[in-house]
Amino acid sequence: MKANGGKTPDGSWPAIRFTVNGESRSVCVPPMKRLLDVLRENLHLTGTKEGCGEGECGSCSVRMNGELVNSCLIPVLQAEGAEIQTVEGLALDGELHPLQEAFLHHGGAQCGICTPGMLMAAAQLLANSPHPSEAQIREGLAGNLCRCTGFIRIFESVTAAASASDTDPAQEPLLEQTNHAR
Amino acid sequence: MGRACYIDDMEREGMWYGATVRSAIPRGLLRSIAFDRSIDWSEFTVVTAADLPGENVIQLIVADQPCLADGKVNHCEEPILLLAHPDKHQLREAISAVQIEYDPLPPVFSIEESERQDRIVWGPDNLIKSFLLEKGDVDSAWARAAHIVEGEYRTGAQEHLYIENQGVIAEYSAENGVTVWGSLQCPYYVFKALRGVFDLPEDKVRVVQTETGGAFGGKEDYPSILACHAALLAMKSGHPVKMVYDRMEDLAATTKRHPARIRHRTALDQDDKLLAMEIHLDTDGGAYATLSSTVLSRATLHSTGPYLCPNVRVRARSWATNHIPYGAFRGFGAPQAVFAMERHMDEIAAALGMDPVELRRRNFLHEGDTNATEQLMREPLILDRLLDRALEESDYHVKRSQFARENAENPIKRGMGIAAFYHGSGFTGSGELYLNSLAGVDVTPGGKVRVLVSNTEFGQGTNTILTQIAAEALGIDYGDVIMAAPDTAMVPNSGPTVASRTSMVVGRIVERASSQLIALLREHAGLGVTYTREDFLAACVRYRAAHGELSSMCRYEAPPGIYWDDQTYHGEAYGAYAWAIYVAQVGVDTVTYSAEVEKFWAVQEVGRVLHPVLAAGQIEGGIAQGIGYALYEKVVLQDGRMSNNQMTNYIMPTAEDVPPIAVCFEEIPFRYGGFGAKGIGELPHDGPAPAILNAIRDATGVSFKSIPLLPEDLYARLAAGQSVEEPALP
Repeated sequence: MKANGGKTPDGSWPAIRFTVNGESRSVCVPPMKRLLDVLRENLHLTGTKEGCGEGECGSCSVRMNGELVNSCLIPVLQAEGAEIQTVEGLALDGELHPLQEAFLHHGGAQCGICTPGMLMAAAQLLANSPHPSEAQIREGLAGNLCRCTGFIRIFESVTAAASASDTDPAQEPLLEQTNHAR
Repeated sequence: MGRACYIDDMEREGMWYGATVRSAIPRGLLRSIAFDRSIDWSEFTVVTAADLPGENVIQLIVADQPCLADGKVNHCEEPILLLAHPDKHQLREAISAVQIEYDPLPPVFSIEESERQDRIVWGPDNLIKSFLLEKGDVDSAWARAAHIVEGEYRTGAQEHLYIENQGVIAEYSAENGVTVWGSLQCPYYVFKALRGVFDLPEDKVRVVQTETGGAFGGKEDYPSILACHAALLAMKSGHPVKMVYDRMEDLAATTKRHPARIRHRTALDQDDKLLAMEIHLDTDGGAYATLSSTVLSRATLHSTGPYLCPNVRVRARSWATNHIPYGAFRGFGAPQAVFAMERHMDEIAAALGMDPVELRRRNFLHEGDTNATEQLMREPLILDRLLDRALEESDYHVKRSQFARENAENPIKRGMGIAAFYHGSGFTGSGELYLNSLAGVDVTPGGKVRVLVSNTEFGQGTNTILTQIAAEALGIDYGDVIMAAPDTAMVPNSGPTVASRTSMVVGRIVERASSQLIALLREHAGLGVTYTREDFLAACVRYRAAHGELSSMCRYEAPPGIYWDDQTYHGEAYGAYAWAIYVAQVGVDTVTYSAEVEKFWAVQEVGRVLHPVLAAGQIEGGIAQGIGYALYEKVVLQDGRMSNNQMTNYIMPTAEDVPPIAVCFEEIPFRYGGFGAKGIGELPHDGPAPAILNAIRDATGVSFKSIPLLPEDLYARLAAGQSVEEPALP
C-alpha cells in the first residue's frame, strides 16, 4: 500500500466501475469496502440485506458475472468490471419476476428479510437448471437461511416459478432478461 | 422487489450511530471507567447511568433490570455505557478504548448452584418465581400404584436467530419528546419502558414498528432496552441515532430460551392409567427477572400433557444465575415442559412393556374431563381422531415394524416417534382481562376501512389475517380494508403480539368491532339488512357527511364461565387449547453418529383455519425451529458468555436439513375466537423435540433425555454400547 493508502493525489479513492442491474456505475470508495456496503450505502440499493456478515446466512446474496456470491465477503475491488444483479433488478418494468410471483402466491416469504437473497439464489439455480429436482432446489438454496418458513413453501415457490417459465416462453431466459431491468 | 424498508434501510437527516460498551465479567462491582486518550472523545456523545432523566429500570414484571449498569454488573455483556458518533466506522475502536475496571464477585452459572442458595445473586434467595399446582392427593397415591416411573429431562438454551438483527432509530426533541422506529413485536411495551426511563407523559412518547425481519419472541422484551439506549443517545447528542446490532453482538447480548431441568415421578394403576404425577420443573432465569415468571407459568400449565390424571403436583421454580437474562421465545416454556412429558411417556411405556401409542390413547383427556388445573374441558376434544389421522398419514405401525426388521442389517438405524400435546391460546389465566385490549376499525375519508390494532406483522401473517377478518365481518372485499400503521400515536393498545393471541383474541375483537360498525350504519345511515359492498361504502359516506368520523372500537370480553385463581393455580388456565399429534421418522447413522429427521407429520386442531397457506407456513416454520432445538442448536456458555456467537458455529437447520413435512388440520371452529380461530403460532415448536428423541429411542434402543442432542452426544452413548440398559419398547 502506498503512503497515501492507495488514494489518488487529490486525496480521493480511485473509481471502481461495474454494472449493476444493467446500468454502469462508478464509486470512489476504499477498495476493501464490502460490496454489500457499497450497494446499500453508496448506491442506495437496500434490497440486499446483511444477516451475519460472515457468509453464512446468504441474505446478502447477489449475482456477479453469473455466479451467486455473498456480497458481505466481496471487497468492492473484486467487482471491478463485473456484471452484478441485485433483487432490485429482478422485476422487469414493474412486472414481478416469475420467482417473485411464485413466492408471493405460495407463501415463500414470511418476514421477508431473507427473501431478496433467497430470490437471487433461486434465480441462479433456475439459470443453471431450469427444471430443478427437489434435491437440486435444496442444494441450490442451502446457503440461504430462512428462519420463518422451514423452507417447504420456498421449495414449492421455486418449483412453481420453474413451471411458470415453462408455460410462458417469454420469461426465458431469466438472467439475460432481468440484467437489463431497471 | 427489495422495497420493504427494514430499520437498517432507513436514515434520518443528521443521523448518528450508537454503540454499547458492555460488561466483560459475569458479576462484580464497577471500580472505574477510563477513556483512552488515543481517541478524540469530543467527537462522541457518551451516555452513562447518570444521564437518565427518569428511573434506571426496564420493568417487564419485576423492577430489577437497569437500563444501564450503575455500580455493579450481574451478567457478561450487561450494558454499561453508550457511545454515539456521526461515522459508524469509528465506534468499534472507541468501544475498545473505554477501559473498565471491576472488582469481580463470584458468579452462579447453573440451576444447581443457584438452588443451593449458598451464594445469593438475586433477591433474598435467588428465586425469581415459584408456582405450586396441586390436584387431588399425590402423596397417598404412591402406595396404590402398580408402577412408578421416574425420569429427569433437560433442555438447553435456544437462540431465536431472526435473520434481521435487533435495531432501532431514535429521535428526541423537547417539543415532541421521544420517537422510536424499530424492529419490534410490542410497540406498547417499548412505549412503557421509554416513559419510565425518560419520565415523560403519554403524549411525549411515540413508538413505530418498522418492517420486522423475524422475531419469534426475541423482539418481545429486548427492544425496550435497545430503544431506551438509542433514545438516550439521541437526547444527549441532539441527533437522531441509529443502533443496529451486528450478528455477534445480537447473539452474545440478547435473550434466549430458558434452559430447564424437569423431573417426573409418575404412578400408574393396574390398567395402565395415570394415577399420580409429581413434577419438579426448574428453569435458569438468568441475571434479571425479565419474563421468567410468565414463562414458568406457561411451562407449569403445559407440564402434565394432554392426559387425565386425578392426582397432580407441579412445583415449578425459576432461578437467578449470572447468565444473560433469558426471555420470550416461541412456545414460552411449553417446549421445555412438553419435551419432558412426552419423552417421559415413552419411558413409562417401556417400563410397562406397552406400545407408546396405546399408553397415550388410554390416558387422553376427553370433553367433560378436567385437566390439572381442574379446568373443565367443555369444548370438543378430539385427540383420538388426531392420533388416528397421524398414525394413518405416517403409516406409523407398518414403518415401525419395517424399521425394526431392517435395522439389524443397516448402518442407518431408523425409528418412529410420537408426541401428543397442546398449546394454550392467549395470555394465561386472567392475563387477558388485565390486558383489557382495545381494538377496532374506522373508515377513512377515502372510503377504506382501517383496522386499528397495535399488533404487529413480523412474517406470521397478522396483517393478512386481521384484514381478512374485518373484510369478512363487514361483508366487503379484502381490498377495501387496510391496516393502520403500527404506531402508538395512531393505534390503540390491543396488547402485545405474543402468546398465539392475535387471530383468536384480537381477531375476535376486530370481528366484534366490525359487527358493531354495521349496526351503527344500519341505525344511522340507512344500511339495509342485506347489502352489497357498494351499499356499505355509500352508507359510510352518508354517515361521515352527517356525523363526521366513523369508527367502532371494542374491548376484550372473556368467554363466559371463565374463572381463574392466581393463588392456587386453579380454574380456566386458557380460554382455548390447540391440540396436536406429531410423528417423526428419524435415521441415526451409526458411522457418522448424525441423526436426521427423514419425514415429519403434523396433525393438529387449531379451531378454524383462517388462511391455509399462512397456517401451514406457521406449522412448517415452527417444526423447523423445533428440529433445530432438538438436534442442532447449542448455545455454548463459557464463564457466562456465549462462545459460539456466530452463525458459523451456532447451527440452525438449512434447506438440506428440513424434511418433507405433512401438515394436516382437523377443524373445529372455536366460537369465542376470531372467526372460529384458536392460537397457532407457538404450537408447532412444542412437539418436534420429543417426537424426534422418541424416534431415536425407537431406532437405537437408547433413551436420550437432554436436548440439544448433537452427534458427539450420540457417539458418547451409542459407541459405548449402553443400549442394553434400557427396557425395550414393544
